[in-house]
Amino acid sequence: MIENRPFITAISHIVLVIGVMIIAFPIWVTFVAATHDAVRMVQVPLPLWPGSHFFENLDQTLNKGIEGGVNQGVAMMMLNSLIMAMMIAVGKIAISLISAFAIVYFRFPFRMGFFWMIFITLMLPVEVRIIPTFEVVANLNLLNSYLGLSVPLIASATATFMFRQTFLTIPDELLEAARIDGAGPMRFFKDILLPMSRTNIAALFVILFIYGWNQYLWPLLVTTDRDMYTIVMAIKQMLEAAEQAPEWNVIMMTTLLAMLPPVAVVIFMQKLFVKGLTETEK
Amino acid sequence: MAHVRLDHTQKTYPNGFKAIHGVDVEISDGELIVLVGPSGCGKSTLLRMIAGLESVTEGTISIGDRVVNDLEPADRDIAMVFQNYALYPHMNVFDNMAYGLKIRGLAKSEILARVKKAADILELTDDQLTRKPRQLSGGQRQRVAMGRAIVREPSVFLFDEPLSNLDAKLRVQMRLEIKRLQERLGITSVYVTHDQVEAMTLGHRLMVLNEGIVEQLGTPIELYEHPASLFVAGFIGSPAMNFAPAKINADGSGVNLDGGAEFQLPTGTYAEFANQDVILGIRPEDLILTDSVTSTTNLTATLVEHLGADTLVHGHFGSDQTDMTIRLGGIQIIKSDDLLPLRLSPEKIHLFNPGTKKRLA
Repeated sequence: MIENRPFITAISHIVLVIGVMIIAFPIWVTFVAATHDAVRMVQVPLPLWPGSHFFENLDQTLNKGIEGGVNQGVAMMMLNSLIMAMMIAVGKIAISLISAFAIVYFRFPFRMGFFWMIFITLMLPVEVRIIPTFEVVANLNLLNSYLGLSVPLIASATATFMFRQTFLTIPDELLEAARIDGAGPMRFFKDILLPMSRTNIAALFVILFIYGWNQYLWPLLVTTDRDMYTIVMAIKQMLEAAEQAPEWNVIMMTTLLAMLPPVAVVIFMQKLFVKGLTETEK
Repeated sequence: MAHVRLDHTQKTYPNGFKAIHGVDVEISDGELIVLVGPSGCGKSTLLRMIAGLESVTEGTISIGDRVVNDLEPADRDIAMVFQNYALYPHMNVFDNMAYGLKIRGLAKSEILARVKKAADILELTDDQLTRKPRQLSGGQRQRVAMGRAIVREPSVFLFDEPLSNLDAKLRVQMRLEIKRLQERLGITSVYVTHDQVEAMTLGHRLMVLNEGIVEQLGTPIELYEHPASLFVAGFIGSPAMNFAPAKINADGSGVNLDGGAEFQLPTGTYAEFANQDVILGIRPEDLILTDSVTSTTNLTATLVEHLGADTLVHGHFGSDQTDMTIRLGGIQIIKSDDLLPLRLSPEKIHLFNPGTKKRLA
C-alpha cells in the first residue's frame, strides 16, 4: 500500500518509536548499570545515564567475578557457553542432515516409521525427560563435561524435519543426473545436497546457536564444577551471593556479555539467515 | 557408437500396473529414433529403462553387445538430456559439464579439452562457461544440458522431451540444432516427445506408443501414409485426420458415408470387405478443391479459418453430420454454407476396422 498522508506517517513513526523504546529501554538500563560502581547501584533513584566505571566493571566481571562470591571470572564461563553452543549447533545440524538424507533418499523397511519416531521426539524436550536423561548422563560419567552438556540436547526433530522438507524440494532429476554422471550416494550428498542446503544450514545454525547459548536448566543440573559453569546459569547464581546485597553492576555487565555472542551471530549471518528461511529458487 | 536392442522389454510396477507391454526394437548405429505418444503412454518410462533409472521387469535391453539390465546408469555408456535440464544450480556451466568427467577420474587437461570442444560445438562462450545456470536463458540452459551429454562421449544419447520448456520459436531453432548435432556426431539417439511435429521432423524412425503398447514403428513417411491403426492415424498429422463411420458398397469399389456421399476406392483392394462397416479416414490435405463436373462430393462449409499459407474449412458432407476439416492451400474466399466440390484420390483413402481399430488392407 503506497499512501502519502503526513498524518498517518507521523502516527506510524510514533508507534514504531514507542515500540523501539519498549524493547530498548531494559537494555539501556542494563548498560547504564554496568557503568556505575556497586555503591551507586544500591541507592535510589537508579541512574539513567552512564557512569565512569565501565572498564573497572568489565575487568572485575571477566577476571574476578563477584566479591565474596565464587571468585570466578565470567571469561571461563563464556568459553564454556561458546563450546556448548557450538557443539549443540554443529552436532544437531550434522545429525539432522544425515538422518534427513537417509529418510528422503533411501528405501529401507519402516522408513516412515523411523521418520515418525524422530518426529514425535518433538513432544519430548529436555525439560520433560530431564530425570531419566540426567541418570543416563550420570551413569556414563559425563557430568561436568562438555559432552554431558551438549549431547542430550543434540538429537533434534525440528532440524531433521526442516532438512527433509528442503531435500524434498530438490528435483528428482538432479539425483538422476548425478547417477548418470556416476556419483554414488555420499558423493551426491557432498557435491549436490550440501551446497544446495547451504543457506538452510546457515539459518539453522543461527537458531540453534542461540538455543544452545540460552540453555539454563540443563547446565544447572549437570555441572557442579565451577570450571564448567555456563554464563547464563551464572547470572542467576550471582543473585544469590552469600548474604550480601547483589552487586548489580557486575551482574548487569555479565548480562551484557551474555547478550553479545547471539547478537554477533545474528548480525554476521543475517543475510544467509533470511535467505535460508525465504529462498525458494532451487 | 553402438546399436541398441530391446527384446520383449516389459515393465510392471509393484502395484501391478503394466507400463510397458513388451517392446521389440533394434536401433541401429547412428540412428535417431523418436518415441512418441500422448502423456502417460509409457514413452518416458521406456527411455528411463534404457537409461537405467527404472528397472526392467522382463526381457532385455542391450547396448552394443552388452545386456545392460542390471548395470548402473553410469556404467551404461549413455548420456541423458532431461526435460527441465537438471543442471546443478550451485555449479557454474563449466563444472556442470565437467562433473561426470571428474567423477570418472579423467585428467584435468583432458576434461578441459573436452568441455572446450563441446562448448565450441554448442557455441557457448567462455564468459557463459563461468556463469551459474540461473543466469542463463532457457535456450542456453538447454545447450548446457546437451553439452553435459556430449562431453561424456557416450554410445547412446537419450533425450527426454528436451524442448518442451522452450517457447515456440526457440523450439523450432533448437530442433534443427539437435538434428544437425546428432547427424554430425553420429551418435545413436533415443528421443522422447509428445509433439508429433518434433517427432516427424527429427526421427529417422518413429515408435508410436499408446498405453504401453507399440502401435507402429516406421519412418515418418510410412506412418503418415500408412498408419497401422486408428490411433496412429489420429496422432500423426496436424490438423488431425478426419474420421467418419462408413460402409463399403456391394462390389467393393467405393465407400459410402451415412449421408450418401460416396468415395471411390482403388480397384480390387477392398473387394473382400464388401458390405462391411468401416471407419473412413481422410487427411485434411487430401481433399482437393475441384470444379463441379469432376467432383464426387460436395462439402457444406460451416466455419473457415485463415492461417495465411493455408485455409482450413470445417464442414460436413450432405446430411452426414460428422465434422470434417479440409486444408486448402493459400487464401481461399469461402463463406459458411458454401458448397465446395471436392475430389479425393482413391489411394489416399484410409479404412479401419471399427472393432479392432486396425487398418484394413
